[in-house]
Amino acid sequence: MIVLKDIRKTFGDQEVLKGISATFMPGKVNMIIGASGSGKSVLMKTMVGLIVPTSGEVLLDGQNFYQLEEEDKKEIREKIGMLFQGAALFSSMTVEENVILPLKMFSNRSKSEMLDRVNLVLERVGLTGNNKKFPSEISGGMQKRVGIARAIVLNPAYLFCDEPNSGLDPLTSIKIDALIQEITQEYNITTVVNTHDMNSVMEIGDYILFAHKGEKSWEGNKTDILLSDNPILNQFVFATQFLQEFRTNRAKKL
Amino acid sequence: MRFFYHFGNYLMLLQRVFKKPESGSLFRESFVRSCWDIGLGSAGIVAIVSLFTGMVTTVQTAYQLVASFIPKTTIGAIVSDSSILELAPTIMTLVLAGKIGSNIASEIGTMKVSEQIDALEVMGVNSASFLVLPKICAAIIMIPILVIFAEILCLVGGMIVGDITGILTTDEFIQGARSTFMPFTFYFSMIKAFTYSFFIASVASYQGYIITGGAREVGEASTKAVVYCCMIILLSDYILAQLLL
Repeated sequence: MIVLKDIRKTFGDQEVLKGISATFMPGKVNMIIGASGSGKSVLMKTMVGLIVPTSGEVLLDGQNFYQLEEEDKKEIREKIGMLFQGAALFSSMTVEENVILPLKMFSNRSKSEMLDRVNLVLERVGLTGNNKKFPSEISGGMQKRVGIARAIVLNPAYLFCDEPNSGLDPLTSIKIDALIQEITQEYNITTVVNTHDMNSVMEIGDYILFAHKGEKSWEGNKTDILLSDNPILNQFVFATQFLQEFRTNRAKKL
Repeated sequence: MRFFYHFGNYLMLLQRVFKKPESGSLFRESFVRSCWDIGLGSAGIVAIVSLFTGMVTTVQTAYQLVASFIPKTTIGAIVSDSSILELAPTIMTLVLAGKIGSNIASEIGTMKVSEQIDALEVMGVNSASFLVLPKICAAIIMIPILVIFAEILCLVGGMIVGDITGILTTDEFIQGARSTFMPFTFYFSMIKAFTYSFFIASVASYQGYIITGGAREVGEASTKAVVYCCMIILLSDYILAQLLL
């Protein structure tokens, strides 16, 4: 479980996060949505330790990450898997080398055990037989899958996905969403997804946090979002005529 | 103020770089790859530049020593001393700063803008140690070897062109070179090579590390890395000469 308590972050004179509090539960796909510049990427980076918040607490299973000693922080980091927007695969390494890297860094397994684990996670993300390919030789969707495989290879307790569907076609996006949801439930991971993709939100969002100008403007689930009377949220979520009609129809059914 | 800001950040990066690597096997892999890139990858350019430098130095020295009472062996002595003392360690590392410095800055810069460094940090890997330490170690080992290679080729180039053009015979060249050779000259060139190689790898890595933005910034960082490395090499060349000669 991840608990955020009054997270604030200031860059120079600009306050990017204005006291966000939230609780992300394990086994659920927790989504952070918001317009560009709303602070959702900064919020995610404070959770994974890439940006130190100006004030507030990030509690990972009850431990305040920013008050831990360096060694303890390292232990927590080993429980974190992250899928980056551009997959962030190491271009000079093959698919197998990318996925095996966290194992080489942090596990004492033998080479064959590591390879077994790599093959298992590659099979899990549907990439069996692609071990020796380089990132430049596979599609964007496959790169995201490799990113997911690398993120879960150490059996993480927390999975962070930054814009997992950006640059992907709708069909591939659906597959990636389904994979994230399956993995979250299968391994009881606390998953946090940062996205603009409303299709993803409506498909796999168990908990949704809407950030607006650095504040938590709304929170709820995908059913609540259809019934929300928050005008800023509605303007963001149902921006097109099509989505407005979709909302009306779904709300009627509910 | 900007200088102190960057100098402080550079020292902080070095503090992170010189920590024990998380994985010895990955460090060795990366170190060997860096040795290959820096050493063998630069051998061609070093060979060409040093051969021609030696050839030109011989011809120009002969052109300036027109008096008949000056023995021809003096040309060999001057070419040998200037090659070992200055041309091979300094001119060659300036060339290497261009090649290796831009390569390191753009490699690390691209990793930074494509979030590969963030990915390492999130995994709990000390990215500075993982990426920069093998490069510094490889540079410190391979650049002095390249400098020795350059010193030999400078002399060979000078000797060949002297013989072919009739300026002086090979024997006269060798006799001149041996007459003034002092081992300290060679040690001094190695001190220079070690110093410059550390700066080339660390300053270029720092320039790559501080990038924010995209492709344009990677290009700018690569240029800055070369410029700063060259300036530091020239400055430390003067300081070392003043201190040790």
